[in-house]
Amino acid sequence: MKAVKTLVALAITALSSTAALADINIGVSLALTGPGSGLGIPMQNQFKLFPQTIGGEKVNLIILDDATDPGKGAANARRFVTEDKVDMIIGSCITAVAAAMSDIATEAGTVQLTGSPVGLPPGKDKWVFRLPQSNTVMGHAMVEHMKKQGIKTIGFLGYTDAYGEQWLKESAPLLEKAGIKVVATERFARTDTSVTPQALKITSANPDAVLIVASGSGAAMPHMAMVERGFKGKIYQTHAAATQDLMRVGGKAVEGAFVVSGPAVIAEQLPDSHPSKAVAIDFVQKYEKAVGAGLRNQFAGHAYDAQITLEKVIPMALKKGKPGTPEFRAALRDSMETMGRTVFAHGVMNWTPSDHWGFTNETGVMLKVVDGKFKVE
Amino acid sequence: MDFSIASILLLDGLTNGAVYALLGLATVLVFTVTRVIFIPQGEFVAYGALTLAIFQTGKVPGTVWLLLILAGVAALMELSGRWQHHRNALVAAKAAGRMLIAPLVVSAIAIWAAPQQFPLAVQAALSVAIVTVYGPLVYRVAYQSLESATPLVLLIVSVGVHFAMTGLGLLFFGAEGFRNPAFWDARFQIGPVMLSGQAIITALATIALIVLLWLYFERSLRGKALRATAVNRTGARLMGISSQASGQLTFTMAAFIGALSGLLIGPTTTVFYDSGFLIGLKGFVAAVAAGLASYPGALVAALFVGVIEAFGSFWASAFKEVIVFTLILPVLLFRSLSSKHSDEDH
Repeated sequence: MKAVKTLVALAITALSSTAALADINIGVSLALTGPGSGLGIPMQNQFKLFPQTIGGEKVNLIILDDATDPGKGAANARRFVTEDKVDMIIGSCITAVAAAMSDIATEAGTVQLTGSPVGLPPGKDKWVFRLPQSNTVMGHAMVEHMKKQGIKTIGFLGYTDAYGEQWLKESAPLLEKAGIKVVATERFARTDTSVTPQALKITSANPDAVLIVASGSGAAMPHMAMVERGFKGKIYQTHAAATQDLMRVGGKAVEGAFVVSGPAVIAEQLPDSHPSKAVAIDFVQKYEKAVGAGLRNQFAGHAYDAQITLEKVIPMALKKGKPGTPEFRAALRDSMETMGRTVFAHGVMNWTPSDHWGFTNETGVMLKVVDGKFKVE
Repeated sequence: MDFSIASILLLDGLTNGAVYALLGLATVLVFTVTRVIFIPQGEFVAYGALTLAIFQTGKVPGTVWLLLILAGVAALMELSGRWQHHRNALVAAKAAGRMLIAPLVVSAIAIWAAPQQFPLAVQAALSVAIVTVYGPLVYRVAYQSLESATPLVLLIVSVGVHFAMTGLGLLFFGAEGFRNPAFWDARFQIGPVMLSGQAIITALATIALIVLLWLYFERSLRGKALRATAVNRTGARLMGISSQASGQLTFTMAAFIGALSGLLIGPTTTVFYDSGFLIGLKGFVAAVAAGLASYPGALVAALFVGVIEAFGSFWASAFKEVIVFTLILPVLLFRSLSSKHSDEDH
């Protein structure tokens, strides 16, 4: 009798495990601890709202913590492709970690949808697609705004790290095309106790505007230093500074600052003509209902866009292969490239075989700080 | 570069240098008395500034809870240590109680005061008190049982303490930074230079602390006992000076100086949970330049580091840290060529 029971149990296990193989498995690696946790935790919050099924197939999300550590991220990616046999990898939200994961994803022939603007050499990103906007797309919105303001010269004050350098590199051709000259290039580190010397040098070059490239609460100190040195020109901030932390730390000094941002975080204020308005409002309402009012976040928006992507490409790929097979994984990749113009909460996405960044120039929105709040310009 | 820019840079450099000087003094103090190269000195800076920032929001800072846990651990260590030594429950309990009194009192006041939104000065004093109490506890938990170990072992322990304190800082204060309100908002225009009230307070506090330290070491019995320990541990012990008590006292002073530096630097910059390390490292560079032995040397070197940093970031901001930390190479070269090696550890 006991043996029969065991046999039945074994049979059920065997059956259920074959059933599980037919599910679509997606590996998600996010920075839930470490210095990048401020980005990973909102993404995880959004993934908790992920639908159970897409295109009639059950979808399993396997969420792991990469602790903002590239080594840990690579180990997670390795686990995804060998043990979990995932059909797609999502993550990480940190550039360095996503870059470390990309080799493994490429080697295993699995699509990686990154939550960070990871820059890879040409040809290396065959399997990598980015959810965040490239700095070029954001720079486009910013330079257009500068042109309208009649700005002719600009000073650059940015982080010494990859974020600052990438902005400098990618905005240079845009500025040149618009006829705006960079008259001073200064750098600082997040841990610096003073940027007065850099601010002095920029002030003495006397540009019409200054572009500060820094993130979160770190963006306030250089801004205040410029104001303190009596800089009267306009001050621009990048989308990494488009958080409430800028006003919390900067207070009155950041009044009148121009900040470029993805549309998702200021959904209600978007003009009705903006293509993302409806989707962005849907994101904000669902997210804030689940997490709390006023907690909307750029990165939670990227996680929402990941869902839009999957809802579009999974039905396309299901026509070509069964989940869990290399054919299905390849079909997912091809579908990403051919899904065409898709409206995201963060703008309009259009991945093509030659462009895995994909956002069109409609995505960047210029905001102005008025009375401690962001206002769409 | 003209006179006005140079004078602004000089002022900026000296203001930062004054804070580095405090940290350099603390590093020298801790090293001479206990032979510990105290890497986490900067963590006290971040803890001080961020504890005040959390008080400003009307919440109880996480540092209070850590203080209670740390006090509990220290008391248990004291209890078991004394029990093994004396086999006397009363002596052991008394020793453990002594470890607990100050942390319990400070935490109780902090928990009571946090929601009351007291004026800035009161909250600042409370923040300094909380962080100062950490000093002897950190010494008791991490270093006291290793007091006869080599400086290298103590250095390795310091690295561990640094990582532990930074990680706990992330847990308590989160990944985003805070900026504290200035203690004195006044501004004075002297020629091209804008002298801020905060800079004046920083300078005054540094001078006052140096004078106090000098008085303490020259005039008080305790201070003289510390100096004796610094000169020769064994000799001091033979004279009845407890090296453990000296160590705890030194760490209390180091934590106090760290917390004070945090309050001084908090209003001029955004402080993150991990900001302390780099600030402390610059104090350390100054202390090393002074051979980890001379207080006036550390002061002069720290002001020099501050000024070099200011001019370095004006001329070549991308290479600022390179310039500051390269400074230490010629100093080390000179010291290793000129010093006569001794058998003593310090």
